[in-house]
This record gives sequence, structure tokens and C-alpha cells, in this order.
Amino acid sequence: MNFNSTNANQWSRMGPRAMFGKFMLDIAKKNKKLIVLSADLGRSSGLARFKIEFPNQYISIGISEQNLIGVAAGLADEGYKVFVTSFAPFLSMRASEQIRMNLGYMKHGVNLVALGSGLSMGFLGNSHFGLEDIAIMRTIPNLNITCPADCSELGKVLNDYAFNDRGPSYIRLTGIPGSEKVYEKNYKYKFGKNMTLSKGDDILILSHGSILGQIKLSLKSLKKMKISAELVNVVSLKPIDESVTKIISKFKKVITIEEHTTVGGLGSIIAEKILKYKIKTELHSFSLPDKFGPTAKYNHLLKYHGLDANGITKKIIKLLKKI
Amino acid sequence: MLKKINQIQKLSYKIRRIILDISYNCGEPSHIGGALSIVEILSTIYSYFDIRINKPLDRFILSKGHGFLALLSVLHCKGFVKKKDLLRFQKNESEFIAHPIMNKSIGIETSNGSLGQGLSFGVGLAISYKRKNKDNSIIVVVGDGECYEGSLWEAAITATEQNLNNLYVVVDCNGYQNDGSINKMMSYGEMKKKWKGFGWNINSCDGHNISALISAFKKKSKSKPTAIIAKTTKGKGVNFMENNNDWHHGRLTKELYLQSIKSINLD
Repeated sequence: MNFNSTNANQWSRMGPRAMFGKFMLDIAKKNKKLIVLSADLGRSSGLARFKIEFPNQYISIGISEQNLIGVAAGLADEGYKVFVTSFAPFLSMRASEQIRMNLGYMKHGVNLVALGSGLSMGFLGNSHFGLEDIAIMRTIPNLNITCPADCSELGKVLNDYAFNDRGPSYIRLTGIPGSEKVYEKNYKYKFGKNMTLSKGDDILILSHGSILGQIKLSLKSLKKMKISAELVNVVSLKPIDESVTKIISKFKKVITIEEHTTVGGLGSIIAEKILKYKIKTELHSFSLPDKFGPTAKYNHLLKYHGLDANGITKKIIKLLKKI
Repeated sequence: MLKKINQIQKLSYKIRRIILDISYNCGEPSHIGGALSIVEILSTIYSYFDIRINKPLDRFILSKGHGFLALLSVLHCKGFVKKKDLLRFQKNESEFIAHPIMNKSIGIETSNGSLGQGLSFGVGLAISYKRKNKDNSIIVVVGDGECYEGSLWEAAITATEQNLNNLYVVVDCNGYQNDGSINKMMSYGEMKKKWKGFGWNINSCDGHNISALISAFKKKSKSKPTAIIAKTTKGKGVNFMENNNDWHHGRLTKELYLQSIKSINLD
């Protein structure tokens, strides 16, 4: 993949689903062992061109997510590099036990690409939202969970999984076409490692996925108010980069911000770390409530839940006033 | 051919005997009934097909994981599992438990126990074999009770859509599920209609008749996967276990063990 400013802007405009298909096209040219399977969401995964150019490397499984996982595991067992796509809840919940058996228990190296996670499905509603997927997937042993911040990071993540043996994985796509890009410059992505996006002193923010774009905008406003925040992209939720505990220890307050229910996501992961290592830092979590909320356009929903740049800024200011 | 059938019959006796031996040895309740119903099916598969550990050719998946006693026994007869390891069955921290745990080095292809999942995996293998122009077969054994699992029928559809004529499913129609007799819509007769309706090549036979099983495996289709609907008896070979669902998961006392050995010797 060729990272430059023009490409990064274009990828951001196209959004994560279209870009998934585009990156897979490039990978298929280099990796003849690649097979992509979808439970009738090939078009929604930006794979329309892939199906035409690489018909032998694409299998349409039909709307049968449980079966999708078993078939993928059989192919992986025979040495293929397998990527499967469906919407986040249909993978993480409908096929949860198949993932547990085939990927977790038997360790078949299938890559699950969870489309439209978080609130990004907008008007398609709660049936399609990925509200609880991290919480569910992270309880399964041996399964990596990776949440790219923007389309350029998605490209790096997909290439990393396609050309290395990382074991079973759940790749969580959030954001929509036009979601803010997070990375302006090229960088070296390392599997399982956090990426510090900005240094600061007043507060630490840990986050993952496309919401990082909103946080970056928020940090610009905060900077004008002389508030400096350190921002870390926790791109790998499992395995978690253990160095995060050292960073947390340096701050009085840490906030986790995520497009996921407050139950079981990054907030819970960090709470577990804080307890385990007896860290004194105060933890706050900006996330989605433990309930089914309203349906609206994606950007409206972010605003509704206070997870747009403005909402995040307000919450951080409120939090810091309490010091 | 007759000699071959005799050999498979002898193998079946041996498997039955090992099932009872290791079940008694563990001192715990184990899934005996559903293991005894698939003895001839497994002895035929492991004789008719070329199943190896290194460089796998034909592949066997036990989707009805609770039939593991039969699989473990046949793996021992094939020389893949040592006798001393057999005696670890259902001992604390053993890898040989009620359901298979994947271990390719001794010929266990998948971890099972959660029903309705083995056929999808078999479909994945069968697609791989087709892509590689590998001329071998994938055989999956499922239970009749297992056929209530929706995911199994999802796999049945993919198998026909992909024209997997290298894939077999053997349905062990022993007529019982955990709670008792199988419900009427999953009876032997209905089972044939269902697989046929899903577009499979259907061969039905007596699942304890070795020559009938061999014929059923031979009658392949050029384009379709083959379902062998095998009528079996749960607890087959042990008179007090046959069609007695208490032996779906039961414990052999010394007295019952001796009786069961006597029974298979008479059979």
C-alpha cells in the first residue's frame, strides 16, 4: 500500500468497507493462498471488483454465518489465508460459538472482518450495531482483536494479517465514508503495539477505532484552552500492549473513549489492569450506555451519545474542573 | 471382498470390546449407546478409505462428538493411539474425554462436542480438496438428533452449491436423542426426505451391515455430495443396552461390564 497524503484523504472519503475491498484486491495479487468468504455481504464489504478480478479467490456462502465460520476453518486447515466478512453482530453473536470452537479452541487462523461495528450502520438500527462485540469476542481465548483507527491503519492491519501468521483474529471496522482520518503521516504499524498519537500532561486518553478522529479534533480545541492531553491508540485490544500500564501510572486521570457499550470494552480492560497492578490513576469511561439507544445518521448518533468532538471536549473540560 | 468384509467385522468386534473396556476402566458415566451405534460405520470408513496421520488423504470428521469412544477405539486399532493412552480415557486432566479434542498427531481432526458444526468444517476441507485437484474424500458422521441443529443445514446447502461430490455425510439414525426417542419429524423416513430435499445424493442402508455400507459409499454422484442415511441401533451389540436410552450416557459396574462382554461375544 502506498501511503501518502492524497491517498490517505481518498481512503478516508471511501470509508472502511470500500477500502477493505480495495486492500484485499492488492493483497490477492500477491498472495495466491488468499480466499475471501462472505455471508452475502460481499458488495457491502467493497468486494464487487474483487469478485470479478479474482473469482477463484472469493466464495459466496449465503446468509449463514455459523456455517461461514466452519467452512473458513476447514479452508484455513488446508493452508489457505482466509478472510471472512459480515456485520459485527452477525459474526460476534450469531456465530459466536462457531468462533469459540473453530478459532478459539482449535486455533484455526481465520481473519474475521466485522463490518459496520459501533454505531456506523446508522438507520439500519440496533440489530446491525456492533455495541457488544468486543465484550463477547475478548472472552474467547486465542482470538486477537484489532480495531483500526482509520482506513490507512486498516490497510496496514490487513497486510499484517495477510502476510504473517498471527492466528485467529477479529478485525473491527468502525466509521463511515468521510470519517476523520487519524494518521496524517506514514508510520510503522506493529502487531499488538499501541501507538501514541500525541503527547500531553494534563490527562491521558486511550481509545480505538474511528472515534479517534473525533478525539483528535477535540484535542485541537482543548489545546486552545491550554489543556494538553496524551492520546494513545490502543489498536490491539487483544493481545493488549502491556506497556499501557506504565503510561497510565504517569497520569492522575485516564479516560477510555470508545464506540462500544460500557460493559466489557476497553474501559473494562483498563479497569482490570488498574486493579491488577494497583495503579492509583482515576479511570473514566466515555462509551455507549448499557441499553439500546435511538437510531439516526451516524454523525447524529455520535453527537447524541456525546462522542463527537464537541461532546468529548465538553466532558473532558468538566472532568478536569473536578481536579 | 468377502475376506475384506470379514476383516471389517473383526475390526468392529474389536472396537466394540475396546469401547466397553475403556468405558468400564474410567469408572465414570460415558456415552456408550451412541458409540456402539456407529461401530460398523467407523470400521468401514477406516477400512474403505485411506485415512492417515502424515500427509492426510481421505479425512474423517466426527461431528457427533459424543461418539468419541468409538473414534478413540478405531484410532487405537489403526495404531494411532497407544493402549496405555486409551486407559487415560476420562481420567482427570486427560486429553481423552467425552468429546474429541483436536490432535492431528493421532488422527483427531477436530474438537467437537457442540453439535451441528462438523459438516461446515468438512465442507471447508472438501472445497480445499477440489481447489487442489486432490482426489480424496471427506467423510463426516452426524447423529440423527444432531440434525435438529440449523447450522448443519446451512452446511448442507453450501455442499450442494459447491458441487462437493467428494463429501460424504453419514447420518447415524439410531432413533434416540438425549431425552429419549427421536421426534417424529427426524425419523429415518423423514431423514431421507430432508437430505434429498436439500439436493444430496441419497443412499440409505442398514448401518450395521458392512457390505451395505461399502455399497453406499461406492454409489457416489458426479456432481452432488452423498448422504448415507444409516439405520442403526443405539447400544448395538450389548443386549441390555440396545434401544435403552439410559445408555446414552451411563456407567458400567463390574457386573454390567462382564455381562456386556458376554453379550458382544454371543453376537
